[in-house]
Amino acid sequence: MTTLLEARGVSKAFGRLIAVDTLDYTIDNNSINSIIGPNGAGKTTFFNVVTGYYKPTTGKVLFNQHNISGSRPNQLTRIGIARTFQTIRLFNNLTSLENILIGMHHRLKASVFGDIFKPPPVRREEARAHEEAFQLLEYVGLKGYEEHTAKFLPYGHQRRLEIARALATQPKLLLLDEPTAGMNPNETQDMILFIRKLRDERDLSILLIEHDMKVVMTISDKVTVLDYGKKIAEGRPSEVQKDERVIEAYLGRRALEMLKK
Amino acid sequence: MSIDNQVFLQNVIIGLTVGGYLALIALGYTMVYGIIELINFAHGDLFAFGFFISLTIFAKINPDIPLHGANLYLLLPGVAILTMLLTGSLNLAIDQIAYRPLRKAPRLAPLLTAVGVSFMLEAIYAIWKGPSQVPYPRYFPKEDYINNEKVISFFSKLGLDITTWRIVSFTTKDLFLFSVTIPLVIALTLFIDRTRVGKAMRACAQDREAAMMMGINVNRIIATTFFTGGALAGVAGMVWGLYINSGRFTMGFEAGLMAFTSAVLGGIGNIRGAVLGAFIIGMIKAMSDSYIGSEWTRVVIFGILILMLVFRPSGILGSTQSIEKL
Ligand SMILES: Nc1ncnc2c1ncn2[C@@H]1O[C@H](COP(=O)(O)OP(=O)(O)OP(=O)(O)O)[C@@H](O)[C@H]1O
Ligand SMILES: [Mg+2]
Repeated sequence: MTTLLEARGVSKAFGRLIAVDTLDYTIDNNSINSIIGPNGAGKTTFFNVVTGYYKPTTGKVLFNQHNISGSRPNQLTRIGIARTFQTIRLFNNLTSLENILIGMHHRLKASVFGDIFKPPPVRREEARAHEEAFQLLEYVGLKGYEEHTAKFLPYGHQRRLEIARALATQPKLLLLDEPTAGMNPNETQDMILFIRKLRDERDLSILLIEHDMKVVMTISDKVTVLDYGKKIAEGRPSEVQKDERVIEAYLGRRALEMLKK
Repeated sequence: MSIDNQVFLQNVIIGLTVGGYLALIALGYTMVYGIIELINFAHGDLFAFGFFISLTIFAKINPDIPLHGANLYLLLPGVAILTMLLTGSLNLAIDQIAYRPLRKAPRLAPLLTAVGVSFMLEAIYAIWKGPSQVPYPRYFPKEDYINNEKVISFFSKLGLDITTWRIVSFTTKDLFLFSVTIPLVIALTLFIDRTRVGKAMRACAQDREAAMMMGINVNRIIATTFFTGGALAGVAGMVWGLYINSGRFTMGFEAGLMAFTSAVLGGIGNIRGAVLGAFIIGMIKAMSDSYIGSEWTRVVIFGILILMLVFRPSGILGSTQSIEKL
């Protein structure tokens, strides 16, 4: 299996707070990788480093063997990194379709002039983009919602739309920040199946931040536990589940001692 | 038609003309605010630049006054386009030099910088064209469409006697102003609604970071916004010159304040709001000048601005972000 992403000794400090601390991390092609850890462990910050929103304070990130630390987010989108957000960040006043088209923006070639006068090649490109967007919306289960304004969609649909928008950029690596947050058990179950389907059908790797242990343990190929910015455990779900440091980080030392008794 | 009605009709025409050029300026305010939450206080001075630079271009070419024939149909649009390109480029350069380094700074920093840029531009205009009123030659032929033999006889054939409409005038200049401002306003709205770049602009206005993470080159979108806003203000300055035939280095300040008020009134960050606000302010100005007295017009307009900020800061059509965040 080949490596898609590799973080080497990555740290990100905010003033004196070290949110991510000399983290080594790899993602294989076509895999589902989860990062778990208590609130404030640095999970989202690590996402922000990988997607280019923050430049790492130390260390570097390689994507397909290329050093990407210091690249801007829009450049990274072009080479295949896409994400969703912990709190949904759709373009609220745009329709579902338009949200998807924004995701495709960087792949469309029309110049500003072409854009205004719309000669046949531009029209064809636009038609193709619309068709692809319709397919994508259908793929995530939003058929029929093309013209709905994003902010009026039900919560679960907004989550799906956000994923569809990320998929529209044609990612090799898709980062999902707590995709099941605020979902009921049924919706969560659907999301689990959907994330699997993504890995199997769309030739991409997924990096997932998730608090729901059931989700993490069901779908992950690899689980990594962060605490105070440091990696404290890593492995297959069954291995990590048994790790004492993980239980301690999650439930506290007292709980660990009680469990031992 | 009674005298009162004629006066009112004339005021409506004036209100629409003022609204037209204000809309062109207000659009730039609102677009820039929509995308980077900056009240660009120097924006009005781009309007003044459009006035001065088009004047300079005309002076270089030195055509017969008034323009006629080919000069009217080719030279005039040519100068307009050149003015738009130059004013747009100036605005783009200002953004790159003065505002871009402050993109992540607290909001007050670019705001104060904009005030500084405004002072600088006005000082430059004062040195360049002198501190007093600058005449703008009457390049555009002025002919009244209402107090005009042909038109009067045309209407009398329809059974309408307009010979008594002595007070109302609708001239070639008015028509010219509308035929520049209204299509441009419509074109910009369509551009933002329909095109890919327009969609990207709207996405950036709603969430710049998310847009960046969806692959949009936000810096380029911001640059496009400054260029477009500058170009519109520039052509407004030229139209004003051809219409009013005089201006001064501080003219951008006054026009800018009125356009800013329009943008806030309509809902800053909202494109349609800026246009609506501009026509409302234009109308209020015309009516206030005529019925209350022009010395009160500023009081009326800024009174409206204050009331709006107090009671409905998101404007008539709702702003993308509330100005309270300032
Ligand atoms: N822009 C910032 N400036 C200063 N401190 C920050 C910033 N972003 C995050 N932090 C801090 O860095 C630490 C890690 O935050 P982060 O958001 O990465 O945690 P997280 O693991 O995603 O937590 P959660 O599970 O609550 O989402 C926290 O202490 C947070 O307060
Ligand atoms: Mg987080």
